[in-house]
Amino acid sequence: MSGRLKVFLGMAAGVGKTYRMLQEGQAEAETGRDVVIGYLESHGRAETVAQAAGLEVVPRRRVDHRGALLEEMDVAAIVARAPELCLIDELAHSNPPGLEHAKRYEDVADVLAAGIDVYSTVNVQHLESLNDQVAELTTTRVRETVPDEVLGDADELVLIDLTPEALIERLRAGKVYPAERIESALNNFFKVEHLSALREVALRQVAEEVEARRVVGPGPPQRRDEERLFATAAPAAIGERLLALVEPTPASQRVVRRAWRSAQRLGTDLDLLWVQPPRELDDGEAAQLEALRRLAVVLGAHLLVEQGDDLVATVRRVARERGTTYVLIGEPSHRTALQRLLRPSLPSRLLAALPGIDVRIVADRTRREGAEPDAGASPPRGEGGAR
Amino acid sequence: MIDLLVTLALLAIGATAAWIVRGRRAARALPALGPGRVLFPFLGRELSLPALEAALRLARAEQATLVPVYLAEVPLHLSLDCALPRQSAVALALLDAVEQRARRFGVPVDTRIEKGRDSRHALRQMLRHERYDRIVVAAETGAGGDGFTPGETAWLLANAPGEIVVVRPDRNLHTASRAA
Repeated sequence: MSGRLKVFLGMAAGVGKTYRMLQEGQAEAETGRDVVIGYLESHGRAETVAQAAGLEVVPRRRVDHRGALLEEMDVAAIVARAPELCLIDELAHSNPPGLEHAKRYEDVADVLAAGIDVYSTVNVQHLESLNDQVAELTTTRVRETVPDEVLGDADELVLIDLTPEALIERLRAGKVYPAERIESALNNFFKVEHLSALREVALRQVAEEVEARRVVGPGPPQRRDEERLFATAAPAAIGERLLALVEPTPASQRVVRRAWRSAQRLGTDLDLLWVQPPRELDDGEAAQLEALRRLAVVLGAHLLVEQGDDLVATVRRVARERGTTYVLIGEPSHRTALQRLLRPSLPSRLLAALPGIDVRIVADRTRREGAEPDAGASPPRGEGGAR
Repeated sequence: MIDLLVTLALLAIGATAAWIVRGRRAARALPALGPGRVLFPFLGRELSLPALEAALRLARAEQATLVPVYLAEVPLHLSLDCALPRQSAVALALLDAVEQRARRFGVPVDTRIEKGRDSRHALRQMLRHERYDRIVVAAETGAGGDGFTPGETAWLLANAPGEIVVVRPDRNLHTASRAA
């Protein structure tokens, strides 16, 4: 029987993931469980070292890498020791060449397969799907990544949260890095705006994981057949997700606006997809794409740019990957009589390619007959505008 | 028999012609983007109708595109990159209103939302991101409207290269366009 994996997730180094992992390990040991430390990276932090006191440490093995002697986790020794619970720090760590696995999460899989429970730690920027987003937010890219499935497959995910101000305070107090690294860290990664953004990403990630577990979890046993049927059907019906097809043109902004309002009403996420034809962007398109990107950030939407010369096939693939339930498109461009005769319209092709997904065409309402423009129209009160 | 065939052929030709004409009309319905760009930045919860119409008249005369820019202020406790759903709801409603008015003038529109820690920061971001030929702004009326303050207008005049049109709306007109 496989062991259980519990991951402590944080927004950045220094929030206390390792400390909390050790704290929970100590608590487990106090209840009589056999707990060992498989790998600990204390970074010389006195509090962390103190928290590890009393726990057995499986000795590391030494590996020669390009003339340097490195100390790495000894998976074979852990499996041979066969504790009930093993604490393994830094899930995203890359092993030097020559070991059984390239990555530590693969080592952890071996330990779990041996029936040993594992507690581990990771920072949000190491998650594969968030790597680009975090690099954009913080201008710092990490090379060591963990596939999202590893987190998805974890039995428990614990967010170690700290306000950016508190983390900076810890950094200044020398509790995160040694004195000579503090100034550089403050000037680069550890800025309030970076940490706030990372914190938001970490909170979202955990919220999504929790939601996913809630939706697909087995739930309590159902007695009646119809209850069982509901439990099976509900996961597919609960989560709406909108996908708006856009192009780098001003007209797409209207589609985005309308799609965003629909997403708000449904309380769901919005994806924007541009299927980029396989050619270079001209300056105008590049500027419009950048404007769309900025709009997506303000609205909290996800802009996806996928290269492809088959629009419908790309939309179908993305819709499947993102769990889309609604597709919104702008008014199709004018087609000549011959084009209309030779090929079905885009909405028709999308309907055929996306069974079970609503396809909605966003009209230009300013062209509605009898529509009276009103520049003085104002949004509902109580929304808290900028001024 | 021949008469019937001729009649059917004429009907088919007529229907095809109507189909083509209808398609072409639909294609002509949207104004194409003009080469010039008139920026129309605005703040808050309401639009200055006189300033908007001044911007639209200018854009129409120059066959330019109107670029209405909603300036969103991001509070210090939030990241500059975070989503702003409440301000977005306000901004999108106002941008829709601008687009409707622009349609009546036959002026193409390219809408934007710019963020900043305050209005000047958002204006600076706008200047950094947008190509433009003119900027039209509404000045504060002193009646509590959402136009630019004298300080903001002075900052814009000092920092934005190019022509800037500052419209001081008539107080009554301005009030007429305020939020209900």
